[in-house]
Amino acid sequence: MATKVITPKLRNARAQRVATSRTAGARLTIGDLLFNAVNWFGFFIMVLLCAYPFYFLIINSISANDLAAAGDVRFWPQGIHLANYEQVFQLRGLPMAAAVSVGRTVLGTVATVMASGFLGFMFTQRRMWKRQFWYRFTIVTMYFSAGLIPVFIIMRNLGLTNSFWVYILPWVVQPFFIILVKTYVESMPESLQEAAELDGANIVQVFFRVYLPNMTPILATVAIFSAVAQWNSFQDTLIYVTDQSLYTLQFLLYMFINQASSLAQAAQNAGGNVGAIANAATSQTPTSIRMTVSVIVVLPIIFIYPLFQRYFVKGIMLGAVKG
Amino acid sequence: MRAPGATTTRHGRKTSVGMFLCIVPFLVLMFLFSYLPLYGWVYSLFDYKPALGIGGSEFVGLQWFEMLVSSPTQMQQIGQVLLNTLAISFLGIATSFLPVLFAVLLNEIKAPWFRNSVQTLTTLPNFISWVLVYMIAFSLFTSTGLVNNILQDLGIVDDPVRFLDSGGPKVWIVMTLWSIWKGLGWGAIIYLAAITGIDPALYESARIDGASRFQLMRYITIPQLIPTYLVLLLLSVANLLNNGMEQYFVFQNAFNKDHIQVLDLYVYNIGIMGSSLSMATAIGMLKSIISVSLLFTVNWIAKRVRGESLV
Repeated sequence: MATKVITPKLRNARAQRVATSRTAGARLTIGDLLFNAVNWFGFFIMVLLCAYPFYFLIINSISANDLAAAGDVRFWPQGIHLANYEQVFQLRGLPMAAAVSVGRTVLGTVATVMASGFLGFMFTQRRMWKRQFWYRFTIVTMYFSAGLIPVFIIMRNLGLTNSFWVYILPWVVQPFFIILVKTYVESMPESLQEAAELDGANIVQVFFRVYLPNMTPILATVAIFSAVAQWNSFQDTLIYVTDQSLYTLQFLLYMFINQASSLAQAAQNAGGNVGAIANAATSQTPTSIRMTVSVIVVLPIIFIYPLFQRYFVKGIMLGAVKG
Repeated sequence: MRAPGATTTRHGRKTSVGMFLCIVPFLVLMFLFSYLPLYGWVYSLFDYKPALGIGGSEFVGLQWFEMLVSSPTQMQQIGQVLLNTLAISFLGIATSFLPVLFAVLLNEIKAPWFRNSVQTLTTLPNFISWVLVYMIAFSLFTSTGLVNNILQDLGIVDDPVRFLDSGGPKVWIVMTLWSIWKGLGWGAIIYLAAITGIDPALYESARIDGASRFQLMRYITIPQLIPTYLVLLLLSVANLLNNGMEQYFVFQNAFNKDHIQVLDLYVYNIGIMGSSLSMATAIGMLKSIISVSLLFTVNWIAKRVRGESLV
């Protein structure tokens, strides 16, 4: 159904663009030209506002640390070196945090994708006992929450605080993804299932052998959303975790920003020897550490996002179809 | 449609319970994380001390709820928190037309390469965490950050402007601006999709009638986007009290704390940081109940107005 909804739209869009470009080429008034110029300029500024901060972090992480700390690196990198990236992994806790972040992203995404795929498929099965009831039981959880504290107390009673599983288990069942997958499965021909069942496959086999391989487009959408959410998650570490070996990169970065500011403050109180910390091109400064960790945190997103943009767009449009 | 009869055999009935059993583990997870915490609302009737457990904690009845409306300091504090929450939510609603404008104007750019670059680069901020947004804010806007360096180099200001560590109601505006920076491009995508769905015949006939490009925008594109806009508007009204806490947590400091504490952050600050678990539960519970009522209300309105429910 999803593809059927989108294709005519895309065809319309193409027709529309062809039509407008034809007429626009026919008569361009001064007002049009002026509007175009202002419009292009406006979006150019917009792009600059969105892209420059990332560029700023990157050039500062590879520039001479004393220049970066003095705020002299603005337009292009100066005194390029990669020592920061070697040194930052020697920081206490950083390799572990990177492992935790990667681990939760991989495991959490696999768990969410498999669960969303399986539940989305199972909820299309009319033979299931009380299907409608259980489907509503699942979906309605999107619309209420007991609140932070009761959830926190439950997590603690379940032994999930200071446990790696707090990063995985609460994320497994996600109603929104289940709706996406269910809608998608409903658009697939039921004869697939009937044929497999005639061959003696049970429901689990039907899912794994017949449906799962044919669900890649929607599962890719779920995977990419879930991976970004896992990688970016900060709040669960903040609330449920005090064990430093379970800190994520996001949390460590937050700590570094705050610790570094208190460090700079302490240095100032002690007589202003901030300069003493930042005297060489490659020795670590609070600025260089923060910039480098930020780039490590953001680089996967920058690389992944343009490649998978269409999946993100598809996700939001399917969600919109549902309302 | 499944062949009639196939589902009503005794075999069909038997597999149906089997199918249910397949999803039970997931239902258990859901019950644990979404339904069981509702039981935790009883903590709001106790003076809950984690060390003592619910059995050892003192039952205080509605003491926390009474305190909310009787203790002047508490009332003043919660009043400020509510004001922050509503102010930031209303600023969000007041600027919710920006993604529409963004989409309509981007649609006027005909060069595909520029259009696509704009779309990719302006949606990127939506996919980074609030911690990273804070890092960007920190490196650009602290007293030794880039913006202050430039302002001082140009001689526009002598002393650094305190963008991040000053209080007052302008915190609301600063927070709204960061939300816009993060969400504008992404918010526009849904409208861009809606624009591609507009029937080209509408434009064609308007053009034959001599409509200018601005008239096409004004009388066709924008009116066609209004239904989508209204749905999103109603949903944001339903979420009036749910600002989330992450953005406000990372940006909060001693200077702006009074004006940045929204309800979600307040519950965290007094519950987890200040260990007033019962009070925080009481506030969180009232918030949840109001939010669900709001959702029902806007859903009812949507049903009446457009004959279709939101959720």
